[in-house]
Amino acid sequence: MAVSQPSRSRDLDKLLLRPGHLVGPNFEPGPELRDDIKEYVKVLVVGAGGLGCELLKDLALTGFKYLDVIDMDRIEVTNLNRQFLFRLEDVGKPKAEVAAKRVMERVNGVNITPHFCRIEDKPLDFYSDFSIIVLGLDSVEARSYINAVACGFLEYDSEDNPREETVKPMVDGGTEGFKGHARIIVPGTTPCFECTIWLFPPQVKFPLCTLAETPRTAAHCIEYAHLIKWNEVHGSRSFDPDNPEDMQWVYSEAVKRAELFGIPGVTYSFTQGVVKNIIPAIASTNAIISAACALETLKIVSGCSKTLSNYLTYNGVEGLHTKVTEFVRDKDCLVCGPGVLIELDKSVTLKKFIDQLEDHPRLLLSRVSVTHRGKNLYMQAPPVLEEMTRSNLDLPLFELMGGVAKDVIHVNGMAGKGDKKQSCLRKLRVVFRGVDGIADIDMAGGA
Amino acid sequence: MIKLFKVKEKQRELAESANGKPPGKKQSAGELRLHKDISELNLPKTCSISFPNGKDDLMNFEVTIRPDEGYYLSGTFVFSFQISPIYPHEAPKVKCKTKVYHPNIDLEGNVCLNILREDWKPVLNINTIIYGLYHLFTEPNHEDPLNHDAAAVLRDNPKMFESNVRRAMAGGYVGQTFFPRCI
Ligand SMILES: [Zn+2]
Repeated sequence: MAVSQPSRSRDLDKLLLRPGHLVGPNFEPGPELRDDIKEYVKVLVVGAGGLGCELLKDLALTGFKYLDVIDMDRIEVTNLNRQFLFRLEDVGKPKAEVAAKRVMERVNGVNITPHFCRIEDKPLDFYSDFSIIVLGLDSVEARSYINAVACGFLEYDSEDNPREETVKPMVDGGTEGFKGHARIIVPGTTPCFECTIWLFPPQVKFPLCTLAETPRTAAHCIEYAHLIKWNEVHGSRSFDPDNPEDMQWVYSEAVKRAELFGIPGVTYSFTQGVVKNIIPAIASTNAIISAACALETLKIVSGCSKTLSNYLTYNGVEGLHTKVTEFVRDKDCLVCGPGVLIELDKSVTLKKFIDQLEDHPRLLLSRVSVTHRGKNLYMQAPPVLEEMTRSNLDLPLFELMGGVAKDVIHVNGMAGKGDKKQSCLRKLRVVFRGVDGIADIDMAGGA
Repeated sequence: MIKLFKVKEKQRELAESANGKPPGKKQSAGELRLHKDISELNLPKTCSISFPNGKDDLMNFEVTIRPDEGYYLSGTFVFSFQISPIYPHEAPKVKCKTKVYHPNIDLEGNVCLNILREDWKPVLNINTIIYGLYHLFTEPNHEDPLNHDAAAVLRDNPKMFESNVRRAMAGGYVGQTFFPRCI
């Protein structure tokens, strides 16, 4: 007697095959939707650590077929308690490769391509291939980089509305001990990482003189060994946090220091924590945050439900508290904002361009300095840079920008009139008249 | 957004269309903010700045301070600045490249200046730091010591401190430590 196999996507089908009232605007339920998600959606997972392992598993089980994962780290023994895709024999192997392999072994039909490298090593084209990017990272730098890349694809029309086909959504998860967050970033619609970078408190840094003279805590002793004693003994050889010998050296120096001042609490793992700025990770926090991220990814892609709007915080320190906050975009954000659209003739010199900004009604900028894709075209100060860039003033801006029809350029100077001037930094979308291939659209990217 | 992804994926399969965007590096928000800080620098005549990697690398530069008063009058002190891509979320890394006998600067070039570490705020800027460094030379203080011996001498015997500073700047030994000439 033939027993029909229950569909592997039975639970997912309840979301994707049936209509509902809480669905997204363009939701079209049906088997085609389920199949299209498999066929056409490519998801990039950034990070294969505690959160990344959970994300890969969750996304694979959610029915995504094409996943890529990028991570530059190798597996360490201390990862094994929570990074559940890894085994003792994997220690030393690249996280991305092992994670991809393990999930493919367990989830039928999923294709995971690992990338064992730094995120900066991939060309921009690599990132443009993905439908959506999911972040399981622990650093502000890495988030800021991916955010700039994804927002760099965004283009605005002449009314400053984002062009839908250029939007690269991101889902960002993060955990610190018992706390975590999940957020969605739809560039041009919801705030980007840079719009709300103040949400991430700067790292605590102890005064060097406290470390040198009046240590009071175990962390002070460790930072003394790491920041002061290391240089004294090793000179110009810089400390490598991933080299166990270096870490052992810092640990033993910290122990000596702590004994001298009668301070308890210096251990090897605490030394690692302080030096690498690691907050103890809790497996279940990762699981909760990852689940929220995977679900939001499915919702953004399919429209099967309204998405989170737009920042969820989870706090399991005392009892359990979750909250969703709707942050707003910074309209002048240098990374995701549209910038001010400026049309120019190809013959306009840098000098003339700078003069025009002073009279531009939306800018009123004086004492302008100009930078384009890492090239400083003109600097008002200091004198050494002013001298080096002065000769550019008589050249056409079109030429200085590499002869492209349109691009983003950044300027700064004093805005406003009279004595109400204030220093500001602005993004401009420069479009040259009479250059082939220009529609009335323009890009926001390049930040 | 599935429809969009579907259309895009089909387009991609049809033709890997050439990307019309100009090559060039991506500027981080930190680099842009730094560009603003640098282009608004307003340095006292005792301080100058240089860019060893040319006009397009502002993330690494050197500041030279030549105090015109105080214990360190007529010395020349070079500081290296290293700026993070998430500046001003993170403070610049500053080191003193000139070996100096100073209570707040150790022999490895670490500098004890509150705004470089515990009191850094994103509203501060490069100008503030340079002024802060300049002040270390006009008003060295024994209360935040990094060079313990120098701090003790400054506190207990300012006259001797002054002659130690002179000897160090002229190129010579203070105690067991040799200081290259920096006048
Ligand atoms: Zn933004």
